[in-house]
Amino acid sequence: MKKFISQAYLWLLLILLYAPLIFIAIFSFTESKVLGNWTGFSTKLYENLVTGGVQGGGALLRAIENTLLIALVAALFSMVLGTIAAIGIYNLKGRKKQAVQFLNNIPMINPDIITGVSLFLLFIFLHITQGYTSVILAHITFCTPYVVLSVLPKLSQMNPNIYEAALDLGATPFQALRKVLVPELRPGMISGFILAFTMSLDDFAVTFFTRGTIGLETLSTYIYADARKGGLTPELRPLMTIIFAVILILLVVIGFTQKKSATRKNPEA
Amino acid sequence: MNKRSSWTIPYLIFLILFVVLPLILVMVYAFQDAQGSFTLSNVTKFFSDADAMSTFALSIEVALENTLICLLLGYPAAWILANKKLNKSSVTIILFILPMWINALMRTLATAELFNMLGVQLGKGTLLYGMVYDYLPFMIYPIYNILMKMDKSYAEAAEDLGANPVQVFAKVTLPLSMPGVWSGVLMVFMPTVSTFAISEFLTNNKIKLFGTIIQENINSSMWNYGAALAFIMLIIIGITTLFSSDDDKQVEGGTV
Amino acid sequence: MADKIIDLVHISKSFSGKKVLDDINLYVNKGEFITLLGPSGCGKTTLLRIIAGFCKPDDGCVIMDGSDISDLPPHKRPLNTVFQRYALFPHLDVYENIAFGLKLAKVPADEIEKKVKKVLKMVSMTDYEDRDVNSLSGGQQQRVAIARALVNEPKVLLLDEPLAALDLKMRKDMQIELKEMHKKLGITFIYVTHDQEEALTLSDTICVLNGGKIQQIGTPTDIYNEPCNSFVADFIGESNIVNGTMVEDRKVSFIGHEFECVDEGFGCDVPVDVVIRPEDIYIMNRTDAAQFTGVVKSCTFKGVHYEIFIDTDNGFEMMIQDYNAFEVGSTVGLIIKPQDIQVMKKERLANVFSGTITSETTVEMLGGEFEIPATTLENGTEVEVEVPFGAIDLQDHSDDGNVGGEVSFLLYKGDHYHLTVVADNDENVYVDTNDVWDKGDLVGIKIDPKDIVIRKKDE
Repeated sequence: MKKFISQAYLWLLLILLYAPLIFIAIFSFTESKVLGNWTGFSTKLYENLVTGGVQGGGALLRAIENTLLIALVAALFSMVLGTIAAIGIYNLKGRKKQAVQFLNNIPMINPDIITGVSLFLLFIFLHITQGYTSVILAHITFCTPYVVLSVLPKLSQMNPNIYEAALDLGATPFQALRKVLVPELRPGMISGFILAFTMSLDDFAVTFFTRGTIGLETLSTYIYADARKGGLTPELRPLMTIIFAVILILLVVIGFTQKKSATRKNPEA
Repeated sequence: MNKRSSWTIPYLIFLILFVVLPLILVMVYAFQDAQGSFTLSNVTKFFSDADAMSTFALSIEVALENTLICLLLGYPAAWILANKKLNKSSVTIILFILPMWINALMRTLATAELFNMLGVQLGKGTLLYGMVYDYLPFMIYPIYNILMKMDKSYAEAAEDLGANPVQVFAKVTLPLSMPGVWSGVLMVFMPTVSTFAISEFLTNNKIKLFGTIIQENINSSMWNYGAALAFIMLIIIGITTLFSSDDDKQVEGGTV
Repeated sequence: MADKIIDLVHISKSFSGKKVLDDINLYVNKGEFITLLGPSGCGKTTLLRIIAGFCKPDDGCVIMDGSDISDLPPHKRPLNTVFQRYALFPHLDVYENIAFGLKLAKVPADEIEKKVKKVLKMVSMTDYEDRDVNSLSGGQQQRVAIARALVNEPKVLLLDEPLAALDLKMRKDMQIELKEMHKKLGITFIYVTHDQEEALTLSDTICVLNGGKIQQIGTPTDIYNEPCNSFVADFIGESNIVNGTMVEDRKVSFIGHEFECVDEGFGCDVPVDVVIRPEDIYIMNRTDAAQFTGVVKSCTFKGVHYEIFIDTDNGFEMMIQDYNAFEVGSTVGLIIKPQDIQVMKKERLANVFSGTITSETTVEMLGGEFEIPATTLENGTEVEVEVPFGAIDLQDHSDDGNVGGEVSFLLYKGDHYHLTVVADNDENVYVDTNDVWDKGDLVGIKIDPKDIVIRKKDE
C-alpha cells in the first residue's frame, strides 16, 4: 500500500513534468501553425527544420549552429583551464586554497542575470566590442567552475604518489602530466566537459547581455525573441522533440552502461 | 608552496578579470551618474520608486513561494526515490533529472503554450506553476543525492535505540539531509528571484519581476540604474548564501 | 544450567540467491559473552543483524526470553547495538547522542542526566558531554557508542566488530575494558569479529562460522585445543595440518611415520586430517631419541619464541615454535606427544558433483560441460560425478577452463595445498595442488576425463 502510494506520487509528478514536452512532441507531427490544432499527421515541420525552409530564412539553423559552436569552444577551453586549475588548487593549502575555492564558487552561486550584467559592464568598461568572443569568454567564466568541481574529487581519489612515481621513472613533468595524470583524471574531465557543454547550451541570460548588437543569436535568444514577437515558430516543435529524444536516449544509455559496469565490478551485489 | 600549486595562477588571473572585476564594476556603476561622478541617486531612486519596490517585493514573494512549493513537493519525491524498498528502478531518477538537461526557455514556452491551448488565464498562478515545473528537479536532485549517500547505519542506530519510523525520520534522517535541502533551496531560490524570461513568458508580460526591470534598464542603456538594481539583487543573494552556508556548515561539520 | 536468553532456531538467509546463513541453530545463555567468529563473508554480521532486527531471516525464528521476536521491529526489541563504525549521530553532541534512546523512552530529564553522567563515568569519558562527536578520536567515539547502547540498560548488547577501526594498542586496551564492563554489568554480550585472537581473549563461548554454517561452538580452550575440522584448526591460531591415516585405535600414521595418539573409534585404515600446533612439536639437536628427524630451513625470532620451519625426513614442511634457536641447515630430532595429536575425520575424500549426461562423452555440471570417459548412459540421465582432489587442473585464466572459479580458501598440508574453489555456479570444488595460488585468484577449472567416475543417481 505504502509502495503503491509512493509510486503513484512519483508518477503524478512525472506526468506534470512531462505533459508540456509530450504535448509539444505530439504537435510536432502536424503542420498547423497554432498549437493544439491537429491538422493531420505530417513530417513537414521536420523537413523544414532540416532544409532551412523556415519562415525568416535560415535564422533558426544559424542560431542552432551558433549555440553548438559556442558550447563546444567554451566547454573545451573550460576543460583545459579547469583541469589545470584543479591540479593547482589540489596542491594549495590552507587559506590560499579556501580563497581560490571561494572565488571559484562565485560564478556558480551568482544568478545568470548578475553574471550577465556584470560581464556586460566589464566589456563596456574595457571597450571590448561584444560578439562571439565576449559570449565565449562569458561562457568560459560560468562553465570552468563546474570542470574544477568535477576534477577535484578525482584528484583526491588518486594515489598522490603516482605523479612522483612517473617522475622517478624518468618522465618529464609534461610527460607525467600527459601519460599519468590525464588518464587518471579523464573521467572527471569528461564529466566536467559534458556539464560545461550543457550549461552553455542551456544559457540564456548571460548570452543575452554579452552578445552585443551584431545580431548574434543562439537558440535561447532566438526563442526569446520569437516568443516576444508572439507565438512560437512551428519548427521549434520538432527541434525540441529531437533534443528531448537525444537526451533521453543518451541518459538511458549512460544509465545502462553504468549499471552494467557496476555489476561487473561487483558481481555479488 | 610546491611547484604544482602555481598551476592555479592562470585561472586565478582569469577569475580576477572575469569574476571579481565585473562585480566591482557593478558596484562602481551603481554609485555613479552618467557623467561618472559619485552619487547615491541610483539607489535612492529605487527606494523612492513605488513600482520598482513592489516589483522587488513580488519577486521575493514569488521566489519564496516557489522554493517552498518545490521543497514540499520535492522532498517526499527525493525520499521515495532514495528508498530502495519503495523504488527499485533507477530509471525513475533518470526521468526526474532529465528535464534539467533541456533548455529552460523551451520548457517554459512549452508550458505557456499548454496553458494557452487549455485556455487558462496567464497570471501569478501559471507563473508559479511554470516555475515549480522548471525548478522542481533542481530541488529533488540534491536532496536525493544526500539521502542516497547517507550511511544507513544512522537510521539503524536510531531504530536500535527505540525510535519508530516517524521518529527515525524526524530526529535523524531529516536533520542529516539538511545540507541537501539547503543546496536545493539555493538552486531554486537564486534563479527564481532573478529570472526575467520565465515570468515574461508565463504571464504574457502582465507580471513584471525584478529581473525584467534590470533587463529593461540595461537594454535601454540606463546602465547606472541597472547596475544599482543588480547591486541590490547581489546583496539579497549574498545574504541568502551567507545565511544558508552558515546553517550548512553546522550540519556539514557533522557529516563526515 | 543457565537460562537461555536468546535462541536462534533454524535460521536461513539468502541474498539474491546466495545462501549466507544455512540452518543456524544457536542459543545464548544469560550473562554470557559469546563471539561469532569467522572470515569476512561468513555470515556473522548478517546473523547479528537478524538478532537486532535489521534483517529478516528467510526461515527460522529468533526467540528471546521464551517469546518469538522474529516479527518485532528493531525499535521494540530490548537489545542495543554498538555499530561497526559507531554510527554516532553527527548532528548531535556526545550528551545528546547518549540521551537519544532515553529521550525516546520518555525518561524524565533529571533522570536522563543522572544516567548519562553515570555511563560516561563508566566509559571514562566524564566532561565530554558537550563535545562534537566528530572532534573525538576513534577510541573516544567507540566509548561513546558503547555508552549510548549501555545507557538504555539492554538485556543483550550486540557488538559488530567494534574494535576493527582502532589501532593495535588501543584495541588491546579496549578489549580489557570490554571484558571488565561485561563482568561488572552482568548482561549478555554478543560480539562479532574476524580476529581470532580477540575472540580467544574476550569470550566465554566462541561460535566459529564459515560459509553460512556453524563450524564449531565451544569455549576458547576447546576450540583451540580440539578444533573439529581443518577450517577451524587453520583459522584459530597457527597449526600444521596434514593428511593422515588412522591405522587402528590409538595409532595414526602421517608424514610417513606412525604415531601413538589418544583417539579411538575411527575404524581401521581410515583417512583423517591431523592437526599439530607448532608449540606442541618438541625439537632438539640430538636425533637418537627422536620419532622423526628434519632439517632446519629457517629460524626467525618472534619476540618471545622462535618460529622454525623444518623439512622432515619424508619431505613435509612443518612449523615449530620453540624458545631456543636452531641453526639453519642442521639436522634436528622431533617428538610429538600422543595427547598433542588432534585427529579429525575428513569431511570428504573426493569431490562429488551432480550432473547430467549430455552425450556419450560429455556431462554437464558446475554450470559447464566436461569430457568424460565414454558412457553408455542415455542423454539427460542425472548422474553423480566423482572427481579426486588431485585430478582438477587449475588454469591461470578463467576462460581457459571449462568453467571459471575463484579461490576462496587455502590450506597448506605440509607437502601440498588443499584449495576450496568456488565455481561460477557457486558450488565448491576442492583441489589438491602443488602450485601456489592466492585467495581471490580467478581460475579456470579443467578436469582430466580419465580421472572422472560417473555413477547413476540412486532413484
